[in-house]
Amino acid sequence: MRCGDYKENYIKDEEIFQSRFVKFWLALFFIFLIVFPFIANAHMLYVSNIIGFAVIGAVGLNLLTGFTGQISLGHAAFVGVGAYASAILITRLGISFWLSIPLAGLVSALVGMIIGIPSLRVKGLYLCIATLAAQFIFGFIFVHWESMTKGITGIHIPPPRIGSLQFDTEKTFYWITIVFVVLGVGYARNLVRSKMGRAFVAIRDRDLAAEIMGINLFRYKLSAFAISSFYAGVSGALWVSFLKVVTPDHFPFTLCIQYLAMVIVGGLGSVIGSIFGAIFMTLIPEVLNVLAENAKNYMPGMEHLLIPFKDVVFGFLIVSFLIFEPRGLAEIWNRIKKFFTLWPFSY
Amino acid sequence: MDFSILIQVIVAGLATGGVYGLIALGFVLIYKATSVLNLAMGEFMTLGAFICFTALTIVHVPFWLAFAITIIFGILLGIVIEPLILRPMIGQPIISVIMVTIGLGAILRGLMYMIWNPTYRAFPQIFPPRPLNLGFAVVPSGLFWGFIFAVITTILFIFIFKFSRTGVAMRATANDQQAALSMGVSVKKVFALSWSFGAIAAVIGGVVIGNISGINIYMGDVGLAVLSVIILGGLDSIGGAILGGFIVGILQNLAGLYIDPLVGGGAKDVAPFFIVLIILMIRPYGLFGKVIIERV
Repeated sequence: MRCGDYKENYIKDEEIFQSRFVKFWLALFFIFLIVFPFIANAHMLYVSNIIGFAVIGAVGLNLLTGFTGQISLGHAAFVGVGAYASAILITRLGISFWLSIPLAGLVSALVGMIIGIPSLRVKGLYLCIATLAAQFIFGFIFVHWESMTKGITGIHIPPPRIGSLQFDTEKTFYWITIVFVVLGVGYARNLVRSKMGRAFVAIRDRDLAAEIMGINLFRYKLSAFAISSFYAGVSGALWVSFLKVVTPDHFPFTLCIQYLAMVIVGGLGSVIGSIFGAIFMTLIPEVLNVLAENAKNYMPGMEHLLIPFKDVVFGFLIVSFLIFEPRGLAEIWNRIKKFFTLWPFSY
Repeated sequence: MDFSILIQVIVAGLATGGVYGLIALGFVLIYKATSVLNLAMGEFMTLGAFICFTALTIVHVPFWLAFAITIIFGILLGIVIEPLILRPMIGQPIISVIMVTIGLGAILRGLMYMIWNPTYRAFPQIFPPRPLNLGFAVVPSGLFWGFIFAVITTILFIFIFKFSRTGVAMRATANDQQAALSMGVSVKKVFALSWSFGAIAAVIGGVVIGNISGINIYMGDVGLAVLSVIILGGLDSIGGAILGGFIVGILQNLAGLYIDPLVGGGAKDVAPFFIVLIILMIRPYGLFGKVIIERV
């Protein structure tokens, strides 16, 4: 085991898998991901699919908010646009699921760029309210553009298939989800160490200074919006294909807050953090469900308190993470890693 | 379209606008002093409405006492929340500050759900139910009294802000924190006070809106629509908040009149957000907001 930093050049410093140790554990983790569907039950697979979609969406939002510093309170709108785009492409135009996912991402990216245009003039709070406005406007469009979205009745989507193989159960869809998650996370992890990723971080830290150093704000801010919305669109398209139906109720304002909470709890500006955040924020309600199931035996009649209790826990998590651990789960993870690098001789 | 209906709608819009202005004032008071956009404002409103409602229907106190209790509750709310949750956020990025208020909103909403069910309730009759006839238009009683309440509160706030010692301290802090500190203003106290003032504006707004359209735990969504008011007026302008309130109130009601039939309802709720986008494109800092000049 290594006990210090032995990097001799910057290329080594930028490597994603920095040591054999990391590669080993990562390989082990991938094996676990592959074995998982064979040992898990249907509900566990359902939850892991949902986690997968959340990871894609949260990584996308983190690229925008955590890396580029552009606050978006309208992420659910982009998820919704992707979801509706894929649903409409599949049911109206008969395009196959596999082609509809990237197309949905592109539609979302286009919309994201349009919403991102105000970011060139306004920033901070004003941008945040602009994206919030976009969220409500898109919610309105989903409900009222009935010729396209079929309003509140929603659109039913046939499950994806390859030849005779249908992906209509939690277990089969798991493979689709996992492929997209790995692609999405891998791309994001590479992006943040590229020229573009560095430009993003420069814009976050001080956009005027970044511009003076030759970073084209117009181009990179819009790229950040486009990439982030692309992720959101893909996440939404996968999600509704998994649920087999899309309605406007799937994309409320609270979904935006959930995504932001994932990013914050996970750690702003950290790809692995958004994975942690997505897993954590998706599992918390599940854990509460289990607790409520057990509590029912001791305190009958308290079940109806579960819904508000989730709200309270959710808010409490956001507030306490922001106050006590502003850098999120990623920082806790780093601390644990650091502890074990030198363990048991920590001096 | 009948001309009298138009007048009617505009008058109703003015009345709604007064209430919007009051809530927007709450946003602005907090933002001016502490640079925090309090997205839990809607929950503050709801909480105020429920406190007043409980005092009226369960404890059975007269309205003036219930109202006083509500206001005291608003003061306490501000004093408790500011040092507990907002003070650790000083110097943090905007996203953290916004999210902490959203988290606070989620906590409050959950607690309110636990204490009072999510069922819809009508507010007890406080004001005489007879609608007011202005001759050229008829104003529903709730809307009229709400408007009166909002205007009185707003004027009171402006007087406090302009003439009282506290108000001067608040303005000084908003202008330059360091200078205020060196002149002996306790910035900590001013921050807590601003939150209290904001909370008072919110709870009164809550009582008024509850009185107009009944209360349930989701009535706070109005708080998000009021964001368009402060964007229009400028985040840090009190006059802008009031004028913006009237403009948005009227535009919203006009949208309900003219656009709703075209799209099949809902235009009234989404109109404020269209207004936001348009303003941000034309005049990003609102009508009277301070234009921030950035230097590297």
